[in-house]
Amino acid sequence: MNIYDLAFYVLAFITILSAVIVVFNRNLVYSAYSLLFTLLSISGLYVLLLADFIAIVQIVVYVGGILILLLFGIMLTQEQVKVPVKANVVYIALSMLSIGLIAAFLYKYLFTAGNINLPNLSGQQGTFISGKSTIKYIGNELLTNYVLYFELLGMVLLIALIGATTIARKENNR
Amino acid sequence: MEHITLNHFLFVSISLFLLGLIAIIIRKNAIMVLMGVELILNSANINFVAFSRFSGNLINGHVYTLVVIVLAAAEAAIGLAIVLNLYRLNQNINVDEIDQLKN
Amino acid sequence: MDQLLINLSVATLFIPIIGFIIVLLFGKRFKKLFLFEVVLLGINLLLSIYIAIVKLAYYPMQKFVSEFTWIHFISTSKYVPSITFDLGVMLDNVTVIMLFVVNLISFLVHLFSIEYMHGDKRYSRYFAYLGLFTFSMLGIVLTHNLLMIYIFWELVGVSSYLLIGFWFEKWSAANASKKAMLMNRVGDTGLLLGILILFTNYGTFTFDKIFQQIAAGNLPFGSYAWLTAAGILIFMGAVGKSAQFPLHLWLPDAMEGPTPVSALIHAATMVAAGVYLVARVFVMLTADALLFIAVIGAITSFIAATIAFTQNDIKKVLAYSTVSQLGYMIMALGVGAYSYAFFHLVTHAFFKACMFLGSGSVIHAMHHEQDMREMGGLKDKMPITFWTFIIATLAISGVPFTSGFLSKDGILLATLAFGKLTGHWLIPIIAYSVAGMTAFYMFRLIYLVFFGEPRNHHKYEHAHESPIVMTLPLIILSTLSVFWWYSLNPIDPSNGVFLEKVKTPNSIVPDVQRFQFMIQDKAKEVVNNITHSELYMETLHHFHYTALAMSLILAGLGILLATYIYKWRKIDVDALAEKIKPLYLFSLNKWYLDEFVQIVFVNSALKFSKALAWFDLNVVDGIVNGSAFVLRQISALGGLIDKYIVDGAVNLTAEIIGVFGKGFSKIQTGKVQSYVLYAVFSIILLFFIVKFF
Repeated sequence: MNIYDLAFYVLAFITILSAVIVVFNRNLVYSAYSLLFTLLSISGLYVLLLADFIAIVQIVVYVGGILILLLFGIMLTQEQVKVPVKANVVYIALSMLSIGLIAAFLYKYLFTAGNINLPNLSGQQGTFISGKSTIKYIGNELLTNYVLYFELLGMVLLIALIGATTIARKENNR
Repeated sequence: MEHITLNHFLFVSISLFLLGLIAIIIRKNAIMVLMGVELILNSANINFVAFSRFSGNLINGHVYTLVVIVLAAAEAAIGLAIVLNLYRLNQNINVDEIDQLKN
Repeated sequence: MDQLLINLSVATLFIPIIGFIIVLLFGKRFKKLFLFEVVLLGINLLLSIYIAIVKLAYYPMQKFVSEFTWIHFISTSKYVPSITFDLGVMLDNVTVIMLFVVNLISFLVHLFSIEYMHGDKRYSRYFAYLGLFTFSMLGIVLTHNLLMIYIFWELVGVSSYLLIGFWFEKWSAANASKKAMLMNRVGDTGLLLGILILFTNYGTFTFDKIFQQIAAGNLPFGSYAWLTAAGILIFMGAVGKSAQFPLHLWLPDAMEGPTPVSALIHAATMVAAGVYLVARVFVMLTADALLFIAVIGAITSFIAATIAFTQNDIKKVLAYSTVSQLGYMIMALGVGAYSYAFFHLVTHAFFKACMFLGSGSVIHAMHHEQDMREMGGLKDKMPITFWTFIIATLAISGVPFTSGFLSKDGILLATLAFGKLTGHWLIPIIAYSVAGMTAFYMFRLIYLVFFGEPRNHHKYEHAHESPIVMTLPLIILSTLSVFWWYSLNPIDPSNGVFLEKVKTPNSIVPDVQRFQFMIQDKAKEVVNNITHSELYMETLHHFHYTALAMSLILAGLGILLATYIYKWRKIDVDALAEKIKPLYLFSLNKWYLDEFVQIVFVNSALKFSKALAWFDLNVVDGIVNGSAFVLRQISALGGLIDKYIVDGAVNLTAEIIGVFGKGFSKIQTGKVQSYVLYAVFSIILLFFIVKFF
């Protein structure tokens, strides 16, 4: 048992635990904060996967952006009057069933697959030398092989910006 | 490092995916649904990175992950804008009440 | 030459019908169009005179025939033979003489009617009908086959119907025309049956072809009985048309028509058609048929003569006299005196037409008074009418030097020979008694009408002689009633001009079925051109003077008795009538035969038709209405089925689909979360499908 495995197990445990709290907690804010921990530990997992840039981006964008946004959303949409929600039994049963089924076969495949040995494709797609950061390579790919996605992403962000402000705008004197 | 195989990461990924699915299906609050969506996206990201790492340290997985993160951000923004509108409409954000397209 | 004669005779056939059509269509507009019709008939007369003279003088022994195929039914099956209907014209001595007679009397009647029917509101149509009648009668005369005879037979019946019922506003006239038509139809049924028997067996309607086949020994259905039956059935047609015993009831009633019509149709021509028909088929009549014919003729003449004694209407006396004389002609044919029968037909046509037209003249002068008890003393007022009438009456009574004497005497002689040779004595007895009765009642008529004191002074004052248009026909006809035209010998006509041209034809019936006396010696036949046996000729000669004497005596007795009673008033007729009241009434009421027919046939037919009407109305209509009712119920039921079951099925389907639809529409909750759940489910499903299939 080296540090790597330990780190992995710890981080995996935190991730899953936090995710469970996110899903099953009644309190919305507690869920939000738990989500924070989830995202952070995922970031840790990225580090373990030698994806340094992605780890940082995860923290900056997800935690610093999206989570804040969600918190703002929680703040702005607090329910004034708590209305007791009727639980639809059929719905819950069906959902449990379906989730259970998916879980069953997904885990089954995972555990019966044995060690998955993927082919080494590094010769075709470009590699990176361990120890160096990946940012250079990501930047390179983004602006050469994946430039279309890069541009489109810019488009998407623009549209999201405009769309979000348009949708969330207060409607006075239309 | 040698004892942590791809399967371990995939286990995490699957768990996060299922939890996110549960959140989407079961929770009544719209924000919770969005959180579930974020969980699922993250599980997909872990998948991408893990596979690219174990396919010979490729960089392609990272690029996809970046794309997904950007898209998640855009989607979260828009989603929240919609939720705000919803709040204005119903004074609450119970997804069970937005069934105008029912039947 | 023969083709010319045929063409001319066909022309005489069609000229009157052209007149009929033109006068019928345009008569109302052009009032003088009737003269056109009269002129056409005049042309007809001239043509017929020409044809008769040419034929009789130059081709007396020949028969001109011209025929064409009218319809040819081609049979495609070997079980049914092909049938051909031929139409054609035959010119015989008998034919051309009849042609002349019909055309002459028709023309004279046309002339007479110009004045007689003057002022009638359907004046033009009357002349049209006369043209139609002439056409039909000429059709009967000119034809060479039974089919054409039947067609024109019916046409003559139709013309008779139209003309008898000319004044149809009078109920009695309409009834009389209906009666004539119906009684004719009864006879025509027999005629049709006879024709069909012959057609079925010989496949043709033509006289000559039928006679050829019978002469060859080909009997209908292989037996004599059928041959006799065919003959008697054809004779039935004559019974109807020529007013013989059971079917004579229509002729007196037919006097409802205008008097010229009675002269033309019911004295001279149409009623002679029956005699003509029997003469045409004479050669195929067996002895039994001939006997039947003779007996019917005798009975008819007797009954009619007895009725004529007591009648008070001048036209009725003449009508019964006609029936009686027709009986004479039929009887003559029955005893085998073909040429005398035809001779009598011709002479009777002339003197009877003369008498009818004379009575028409009297009626016209007396302003349409027909009862003889109102007349009297007209001989000074209407001399021409009187003298022509006297001549005609002498002819009918059989007084020497008249034509009637020649023909009547011949008939009586033949009946005597018949009685002697076959033992049927009743026929000559009846014939002679009828001769006496005829003389009596005809002279009774003369005395009542022309002699004595006028009984109706008012009418007598206004009476005057008729104009020349009416008296000219009388003069012509009475002139033709003297002996001179027919035979130079006033006593014995056998070698006369007429009988030379008209000889009794050879019968084609096998000898076993003929009267023995008629079968001639084959060797003598060709040489002497006689068609009776030697025995018969001897008997005739033997009885010649006896017959002559007897007929003279009887005629004289009849005339004497009439003069005694009606001129010299030696016996009071009314007292006599009282004494023999039953007999008198029996005669006056026409032997009650009309009432008999009414009760036995007419009433039962009416009852039967009432029963049928009841049946039709209640049962048949009931069935129809009942079935309609049932149908309505069924259709109501069908409607119910349609409404509830069929529509129900449709609605049920729609309901089910609706229920399913509603059920499935519950999937569409409108909530995003459930849609996500569906997506998840679908993934599982797809996975399973991919994995296991």
